[in-house]
Amino acid sequence: MLESHIRSRLKEKKILLMTHIVIGYPSLEASLEIVRTMVAAGVDLMELQIPFSEPIADGPVILKANQNSLAGGVSVAQCLEFGRTVAREFPIPFLYMTYYNILFKYGVDRFVDEMRDAGLKGSIVPDLPPEEADGYLSAMQRNQLSPIFIYSPTTSEARLTAIAKVADGFVYCVARKGVTGDQTEFSQSLDAYLARCRTATGLPLALGFGVKDKSDIKFLEGKADIAVIGTQALRLIETEGIAALGPFIRDLQT
Amino acid sequence: MNKRGYFGNFGGAFLPEILVATFDELERVYTEARNDPIFWHDYEQLMSSYSCRPTPITYAENLTRHFGGARIFIKREDLNHTGAHKANNVMGQGLLVKRMGKTRVIAETGAGQHGVATATMAARFGFDCTIYMGEVDVARQRPNVFWMEQLGATVVPVTDGTRILKDAINEAFRDWVTNMDATHYVLGTACGPHPFPEMVAWFQSIIGKEARRQFMEREGRLPTRVFACVGGGSNAMGIFSGFFDDDVELVGVEAAGRGLNSGAHASRLCSDDASVGVAQGYKTYFLQDDDGQMRETHSIAAGLDYVGVSPILSDFKEKGRVRFEGATDREVIEAVRLTMRKEGVIPALESAHAFARAFKEAPTMSPDDIILINQSGRGDKDIFTIADAMDDPKWKQFIIEKAKQYHA
Repeated sequence: MLESHIRSRLKEKKILLMTHIVIGYPSLEASLEIVRTMVAAGVDLMELQIPFSEPIADGPVILKANQNSLAGGVSVAQCLEFGRTVAREFPIPFLYMTYYNILFKYGVDRFVDEMRDAGLKGSIVPDLPPEEADGYLSAMQRNQLSPIFIYSPTTSEARLTAIAKVADGFVYCVARKGVTGDQTEFSQSLDAYLARCRTATGLPLALGFGVKDKSDIKFLEGKADIAVIGTQALRLIETEGIAALGPFIRDLQT
Repeated sequence: MNKRGYFGNFGGAFLPEILVATFDELERVYTEARNDPIFWHDYEQLMSSYSCRPTPITYAENLTRHFGGARIFIKREDLNHTGAHKANNVMGQGLLVKRMGKTRVIAETGAGQHGVATATMAARFGFDCTIYMGEVDVARQRPNVFWMEQLGATVVPVTDGTRILKDAINEAFRDWVTNMDATHYVLGTACGPHPFPEMVAWFQSIIGKEARRQFMEREGRLPTRVFACVGGGSNAMGIFSGFFDDDVELVGVEAAGRGLNSGAHASRLCSDDASVGVAQGYKTYFLQDDDGQMRETHSIAAGLDYVGVSPILSDFKEKGRVRFEGATDREVIEAVRLTMRKEGVIPALESAHAFARAFKEAPTMSPDDIILINQSGRGDKDIFTIADAMDDPKWKQFIIEKAKQYHA
């Protein structure tokens, strides 16, 4: 189970690191190379984003990666195959991240069954709130996979508790208003928000959106269980190439 | 946790968590307003003093004689302030923004009419205003961009994706999730997450309520068939809502573009190319591929060039309450030409889809029948597109001369 895996890793590290890639960006071969580099550098979990033409919660960098991947002809079937390959080859938990229409068109049950067969541990679907998630939740439960739900600073106390009832594995706390990739202020208000999240759920907490360097991760130690690096890694790949990823990720954890 | 905002199998609120609280606030304020008779009264007053309501129905005597079948009437939403039915929705939402105490509005626009209407409303109410518009639409609707900017709005050309309406909607959502405290997103049509479809349809219902009353006063009876173009579907919802409970046939006309078999169209409800999906926060028919990726759409009318459609109309399609048809770009240009020559009325390219279909059906109907066409907007915004389509040499010469002046 994902949660117990996270808990046992947390005995060895103060805070875990989760990274994110868009499958097929800049190419399927490069995606595999990126995963290999990230795992070798000590990443604890990874989100594999299946590209969608309308990624409304993503900022410009990830949006462009989605579009480029699709323009390169990447299909959902190829993304599922990619997930199978990396889950077999590398020893860390992998999650799919995508938008609901990808599951809906594929067939939610069929998608989740294939996710289990491929060896993935769960998924993040940012435009699928618990209200709309009945079919998805039962498919995930049947397959013992973790549906990762999201907390935001605007989520009410009652809703934090309600989401905690259906969440599994960990909860993904969005650091601020806005889309991925913008600046986040690592300050007292973030402390207070994470404390609220902690009260609402016993699950491990991941903090994402705007985490970009070592000082951000140091700030989060003891407050969150997982730091999520998304856009920053993509920017690095674009400016300095895949080879720069290894030193960058190793440096974040020292 | 309960699902909200469904019409049969369609609708819902597929929202990123960060927007849930904002939608809760919007739903609360909208529900309060809807249950407050004074709100609707104030809205009608505002529309009558600011926007020329009620708009008339015009008997198209010459077109009726030309086709020799059903009598043809036109509901004149083109006479609204800013020249389209869009004014109904934005002024209504403007009143809600005031109620919420917000100070900034954002909007997306395809043809530009919704952008102009929103910029106008923002100027009237004193709100800051940003309009998102696909780069392709900015290029083909420059006159409307000019007006939005003159009205004080910032127009942001969207260069992502296919650079048309759906991409502008995504970009507006991205702005909203960052700035929702002071900002309201004035969604332009009866689409998107709950409560937008229901709320926009409610404001637009002013069209149908008026039209029904006007027919009863003038003819002592209701029309036989009502035609409206369908992009997102707000004008159609508006006019149809006057007749849902009556024995009146309702016909929604989509953009068949270069033909329903060409792959270059925007027909979601009258073609087999669309299927049910979830995007931009709601469930409806979308033009998408087997993987669920949205496809490129085409229409000569920027306002109909949209990949989804109102979930309320998807429900009416499944229930058989509304019949959906398509009109091609070519049929539309011909309908504009004929309407101008016969009636001295210039319909927008969007509205001309409804005219084109009505003209096909009018001759097959009896003189006892009455057709009502919703002219959702006026065609002067389309002067460049229409002049191109009509290949008018004098217009081309004018543009060449004008360009020379700017180069001088």
